[in-house]
Amino acid sequence: MAVHTSQSVVKAAGENTARGRSRGTGTPPPTPGRLRRALSVHWYAWAMVAPVVVVIGVIIGYPLVRGIYLSMTDADERNVARSIGVNEIPATYEFVGADNYVDALTGSQFLGTLGWTLVWTVSCVSITFALGMALANILNRRIAGRSAYRMALILPWAIPGFVSVFAWRFLYNEERGLLNKVLGGAGIDAVPWLNDPTWAKFAVIAVNVWLGIPFMMVALLGGLQSIPSEQYEAAEMDGATAWQRFRHITLPGLRPVSTTVVLLSTIWTFNMFPVIFLLTRGGPGEATQILVTQAYKFSFEISPRDYAQSSTWGVLILVLLMLFAVIYRRVLRSQGDNW
Amino acid sequence: MRRGITATALVAALALAATACGSDDETGSKSSGELSGTVTWWDTSSVGSEDKVFKKLAEGFEKKHPKVDVKYVNVPFGEAQNKFKNAAQAGDGAPDVIRSEVAWTPDFANLGYLAPLDGTAALKNQDDFLKQAVASTKYEDKTYAVPQVIDSMGIFYNKKMFEEAGVEAPANLADLKTVAKKIKDKTGKTGLYLRGDDPYYFLSFLYGEGGDMVDAGSKSVAIDKPEGVKAFKAVKELVDDGTAKTDASDGWENMMQAFKNGDVAMMINGPWAVADTLTGKEFTDKGNLGVAPVPAGSAAQGAPQGGHNLAVYAGSKNLDASYAFVEYMTSVDSQATAAGELNLLPTRTSAYAKKEAVDSEIVGFFKPVVETAVERPWIPEGGSLFEPLRIEYTKVLTGQTTPEKAAKATGDSYRKLLEGWK
Repeated sequence: MAVHTSQSVVKAAGENTARGRSRGTGTPPPTPGRLRRALSVHWYAWAMVAPVVVVIGVIIGYPLVRGIYLSMTDADERNVARSIGVNEIPATYEFVGADNYVDALTGSQFLGTLGWTLVWTVSCVSITFALGMALANILNRRIAGRSAYRMALILPWAIPGFVSVFAWRFLYNEERGLLNKVLGGAGIDAVPWLNDPTWAKFAVIAVNVWLGIPFMMVALLGGLQSIPSEQYEAAEMDGATAWQRFRHITLPGLRPVSTTVVLLSTIWTFNMFPVIFLLTRGGPGEATQILVTQAYKFSFEISPRDYAQSSTWGVLILVLLMLFAVIYRRVLRSQGDNW
Repeated sequence: MRRGITATALVAALALAATACGSDDETGSKSSGELSGTVTWWDTSSVGSEDKVFKKLAEGFEKKHPKVDVKYVNVPFGEAQNKFKNAAQAGDGAPDVIRSEVAWTPDFANLGYLAPLDGTAALKNQDDFLKQAVASTKYEDKTYAVPQVIDSMGIFYNKKMFEEAGVEAPANLADLKTVAKKIKDKTGKTGLYLRGDDPYYFLSFLYGEGGDMVDAGSKSVAIDKPEGVKAFKAVKELVDDGTAKTDASDGWENMMQAFKNGDVAMMINGPWAVADTLTGKEFTDKGNLGVAPVPAGSAAQGAPQGGHNLAVYAGSKNLDASYAFVEYMTSVDSQATAAGELNLLPTRTSAYAKKEAVDSEIVGFFKPVVETAVERPWIPEGGSLFEPLRIEYTKVLTGQTTPEKAAKATGDSYRKLLEGWK
């Protein structure tokens, strides 16, 4: 229905212009600009999307441009404009060019944090993908209580993030947490889950995997169900083993789904603020600080708040993720995917 | 919700405008009419113990000024500074009065968020205040806050556990280690809980080794001197040899639970923790709580001087009532109530003569401690010094860095923060 109307609209618009042109003086203007032609042909479509473009421009474009601008100044809490009651304090920050970027890219803090962010992203995505794949395969067969399992596995997704992360924080508490009490019951020494840098890294990855599995599982399950069963039957007839069937039918069949979820999951994990912030606040020390939590810290937790540096890190995060998406697409395309 | 606030603010503003009509002169703080409108107060005291008393106290203001509506809001201490900055800068949702920690006050004042109080109704009998308490309320020769409570730190101990182990309160770090060892042998419990996520609890060790964060007199950074390194070494030793246990997060909660349940025999803390401690099962008999001066280090003995001030937001729609509220909350009677019910230390000399303060053992103990406590420089960056220190302090305790590197890294951050300091 919707498709139908939109088609007819475009056609109608096209006919209109065609008629308009034929009614002209007979000497058509010397090849009108592409933009102008696009406008005159599709003015209706443009009019329809204009509100959306404006809204997106205001809520995404403005903050983005402002962020990029701030990253090229020395703005902090003390020199931005503020109005407190009757006092109007004007902005006094200055344009400093690329200084902030040079500082970030030559200093050890950004690169160090980036290193751990990459470890965090790669391990979270790969573990989540592997476990999600395994669970999806298990739940794709007819087993007793399948829907109950599916519900239970979607649960982490259904709970608001901060609630589950706080629950984990209680579980991880070294003295009073449930995990250590259970371990203690088995005669194992208390594990400093959030107090030791290595364990803390393990702990945050574990929680993120737990949170990420439902998405992977549901997406992959959908992909599995779209693979025609004839392929499996034919393979079985030819005597393919279970592994061979998985390797040569399931994996290629899942490719359109898995490439998309890996891309999404990578971007989300790279910017997974709540898990780190609520579980460890980047601690102990700075051991689990990822780029976004550190950028947040610059602009909201330290004093004076460093808006310039925070924006710089924000822009760098954006650039990194865009680079990743471009490279990812290139690689997929080179392997013959239709992206 | 938000609309509600705006609406009340609007009503308050209108009401104020109505009452202030006719007296347009600048010194209109002692306004001709009766005080009215809403005063929102952000309190940062501990929930479950201190907050009840302060809420009641704050609402007592409504009895004196029936037309004023006091809105008591408790904001967790750890979040209040950021919340206030967000609200104050946005110019929306900030309270009229905030309980501002001593180190926050010059920072807020420097950012222009606070109303200067000189010549307003908020200040009364300025000479009655303790000198140390007043120091943190001044910024560039103006007064921006009124001291509400003053505090310092001491070592809190469980008397029963000490008797069981046959030990006395430790006077220095060596004592502390032997005391903890005896407690471990006799009761199986850890001696001390040391907060590893808040460097404020590290200061007494830093002062004990003769160190400091910065030296404002000579405008130089002091944390990376040999004394600072020694202090980092001292706390690391305490944790490594089992004298103390610590956490890198949730330190306050873990410390209070451990001490209240008798899992540790000692903690380093201040008067603000007393009311909460006394709710613990080990302290149903209040006499079981002992307090002693913080253990001395190799060079000196000292604890930081802290406390809280009440400050008025410069953008408040109801300045007159806010000034009066601040004066009321810091009056001798209010301070005596806080001393009697919560064992908090008054900032007014005359309040110490009140029966409530005299009867409180804790107040009696902390009074001389406060008088000799180490005063921090009241500079706008004072509060900013803690975050770099927190990171390195936690790193030392969790074995991620050495004391030498930690001291150097903290010093480097301080030099970046304090422009032109050595």
